[in-house]
Amino acid sequence: MTSLPILSLILWLPLVGALLMLVPLPARTAKIVALLASLAVFVVSLLLIPGIGLFNSHTAGLQLTETMAWIPSFGINYRLGIDGISLWLVMLTTFLTPLTILSTFESVSTRVRAFEAFMLMLETGMLGVFLAQDLFLFYIFWEFTLVPMYFLIGIWGGQRRIYATVKFFLYTFTGSVFMLLAIIVLGVVYGRSTSGQVNFDLQAVTKAIQANGLGLSQTTLRWLFLAFFAAFAIKVPMWPFHSWLPDAHTEAPTAGSVILAGVMLKLGAYGFLRFNLPLFPEATHFFAPAIGVLAVIGIIYGALVAFPQKDIKKLVAYSSVSHMGFVVLGIFALTPEGVHGAILQMVNHGLSTGALFLIVGFIYERRHTRDIEAFGGLWKVMPVYSFLSLVIILSSLGLPGLNGFVGEATIMFGTMKSAVLGWPFAAFGLTGVILAAVYLLWMFRKVMMGDVNQNTAAMRDVTRTELAILIPLIVLIIGIGLYASPFFRTMDPSIEALVGPGSKLVANR
Amino acid sequence: MNSMQIPALNWAVIGAPLVLIVWATVLMVVDLFVANKRTIAYLGLAGLVAAAAILIPYFGGQAMSGFSDMVVLDDTAIVLQWILLLATAITIFLSIDHLQRLGIERGEYYPLMLFTTSAMLLMAQGNNLIVLFLALEWLSIGLYVLAGFAYPKIRSEEAAMKYLLYGSFAAGFLIYGVALLYGATGTVSLPGIAQALTNSPGLASNPLTLVGAAMILIGFSYKISIVPFHMWTPDVYEGSPTPVAAYMSAATKVAGFAALLRVVQIALPPALVPQVQAALAILAALTMIVGNLAAVAQTNIKRMLAYSSVAHAGFILVGLVAFSPGGTQAFLYYLLSYALTNLGAFAVVVALENEGEEHFALSDLAGLGWRRPVMGAAMAIFMLSLAGVPPLAGFFAKFLVFTAAYRAGYWWLALIGLLTSVVSAFYYLRIIVNMYMRESETAPRTFATPLLRVGLVVSALFVIVQGLLTYPVLQLVPLR
Repeated sequence: MTSLPILSLILWLPLVGALLMLVPLPARTAKIVALLASLAVFVVSLLLIPGIGLFNSHTAGLQLTETMAWIPSFGINYRLGIDGISLWLVMLTTFLTPLTILSTFESVSTRVRAFEAFMLMLETGMLGVFLAQDLFLFYIFWEFTLVPMYFLIGIWGGQRRIYATVKFFLYTFTGSVFMLLAIIVLGVVYGRSTSGQVNFDLQAVTKAIQANGLGLSQTTLRWLFLAFFAAFAIKVPMWPFHSWLPDAHTEAPTAGSVILAGVMLKLGAYGFLRFNLPLFPEATHFFAPAIGVLAVIGIIYGALVAFPQKDIKKLVAYSSVSHMGFVVLGIFALTPEGVHGAILQMVNHGLSTGALFLIVGFIYERRHTRDIEAFGGLWKVMPVYSFLSLVIILSSLGLPGLNGFVGEATIMFGTMKSAVLGWPFAAFGLTGVILAAVYLLWMFRKVMMGDVNQNTAAMRDVTRTELAILIPLIVLIIGIGLYASPFFRTMDPSIEALVGPGSKLVANR
Repeated sequence: MNSMQIPALNWAVIGAPLVLIVWATVLMVVDLFVANKRTIAYLGLAGLVAAAAILIPYFGGQAMSGFSDMVVLDDTAIVLQWILLLATAITIFLSIDHLQRLGIERGEYYPLMLFTTSAMLLMAQGNNLIVLFLALEWLSIGLYVLAGFAYPKIRSEEAAMKYLLYGSFAAGFLIYGVALLYGATGTVSLPGIAQALTNSPGLASNPLTLVGAAMILIGFSYKISIVPFHMWTPDVYEGSPTPVAAYMSAATKVAGFAALLRVVQIALPPALVPQVQAALAILAALTMIVGNLAAVAQTNIKRMLAYSSVAHAGFILVGLVAFSPGGTQAFLYYLLSYALTNLGAFAVVVALENEGEEHFALSDLAGLGWRRPVMGAAMAIFMLSLAGVPPLAGFFAKFLVFTAAYRAGYWWLALIGLLTSVVSAFYYLRIIVNMYMRESETAPRTFATPLLRVGLVVSALFVIVQGLLTYPVLQLVPLR
């Protein structure tokens, strides 16, 4: 069983699906094939589930690793692996993609095959980011995710799609090139300090850098930290690097927004955990307070700007800036609680914001507007839809009993206990929770409550397809809210190794 | 009476150029008797294949030299020659239908191209400044004619004229530099120069040497469009027949770089390396910055590709700056990926042109990706590769080049290269935006013949897989 290259299977299956889209199938068939492909990926990924599957939740290190030489003269390997940090993000990706593809059954009618192909290519790219354990391989997947998303926004997006997609591409590309330079530096310096052979293996480089800093000066290490940080901070996005996000989210087609918010923003936060923290412990400590400040500004800024938005999608987009601020805060609290919360909150945000974009998409399909003022009284005409939306909105604003609360509360715990951040960060962060309740409920009231107007009178309630998309999301939203400990338990060893008392990050302060 | 010693000529050393010269001469005669010019094209292709095949037995063996050590043949030269032959073959593929369509199909086109290519092959193996100068002149003469091949189109004549003027200027610099260097060192042989400079260290700082070396560098810089010697590039590319522009952007550049590689690797004594490195680094930085920024402002595809080729000359030069085996590997890898990608991009431009009809404005591309799926997808792949987006060939090339630069201590050059890559992404993306994201009001005709389409698919596939095959490709020129 262990010889089965399961990670490769998960990684490349979507691409196979994308290649199938080259066959000139009718639109409907293409959608079904794409859905089946992504479902197959999901089913295979279920084999990972701890307890019943292959993942061992008692190991801190990488599991199910696969290594294959690729460019030996540069020490570049095709190397995959998974651990407690990436497990749930992989699951999130394989879970959200089929739901998103299902949503295209009703929302995408032009150039269907190309659309589904890009969706599946995107899935491979994102999974690659979570699974790659070689710096070079990681970078390839990291950059590659830009391409399908660039096309998804640019071709199927709204009015200002070209502006939005070019901005999205260039912004993230700029951040990435700094990271590429840092990756080159690490690989080459590793070679110099050890065997003379350039090496991009993440574990080897991490081990060496934790042992002796690769002989690099403190200043150099801090610059390298910032180079990685630039790429990830833009992707998250953290204030003040967020300005691409509202445009991209607003202009993207629904499925694009869902994946963008649901998974792609996590790539940046995951990057912090996988690269910045273990590779640069000293620099992490040095910059953590400053990053904490940026995160808190992001939390409050995102919330304040979300408030006056007229476009529902824009409101959700800014709420993402705010919510991702919590994730970053949790990571740079550098406590096990903070990181636990951050990872869970990444999953939560993926579920609830993904769901938010979906419900916005559903009413957009019906009325072709996302103007908050145009709606009203949906509760009366679309009761099922409105009820489900309420659950999702409550999850997003962190109501106890639903998933968002667990994540945010754990992050706050971690921040309070943190030796580098402490209670002021938690206090300011909490105002973001309150503001979230304000703007989300305000939006809910405007759209769902009140009187039915001529715009909304004839709107039909959720279709069966839409229901099939929302139900799994809501089950998870409630499930995680009520019983999050299995998730936490599987992350424990990996997080303990990263920021536990015995870890390099904490021991060497 | 002593019989005169005739040095061993060792014809095998110039096997490949020789095949082309002989074959081109034959073809010129054949042309007189053949009405269908297509035949000449296919015969020309056969000549290229023969020239490539004749090199196979020598690959991986000992380096050879001949003609009193004026010409050498080593693995680097062979790989460069293969790249050149491949680029020429693709150019001929692009030309066949195109020339016919434009009504400028004349039989001498193909022999001319073979003659020019043979000079390029010689550039890759010259071990002597005079040989390099002769080869450069010889390839230029061919190109002057080819640039004006669309005669009596005024733009084409202008291109030929401009190229001639700039080319003569460059040749002047080069030969004057050779003369000065000869004055300083007493030799024109590359190893001889290195020997002379090492033997008498004072010579390295002699003004004659320095000015001579600088002028030689300038002479080559013209040919490979290094800023500030690039001014001719956009005008000449725009005016020349499109396949010729493609040929210039790919093959000429490879040849020029091949010669430059030889000069800096062989003629430089270690003591002079740091200075030359610094000079090349500054030129590379300027070229990347100016080329990429200027390309942003272009609205004509051919001009944009011209500036893009200027920018890529800068990236390629970064590989030379490293002065290391890894740098040379990266340099060759870059030349291969660049030549293929660029020829592919020009192939799409070829398909946009017919007699009296030119659709070279960016807006002409609107909706092209949907109307012509194969052409569009191939062009998108070429553009992304040129921008350096993984997992395409251009990304690996840039990665290798920048890694080499960093290893040589030029991290700032790598940083400039990376940042200018972002700038380049802007204009390459604009092509994709036009092809896929704008609807067209008018749908300009395109002229992709089956031959061209096959070429497009093949080069696009290669651009995709070259990255996966990076190791085998690098092993063509193993580190020694």
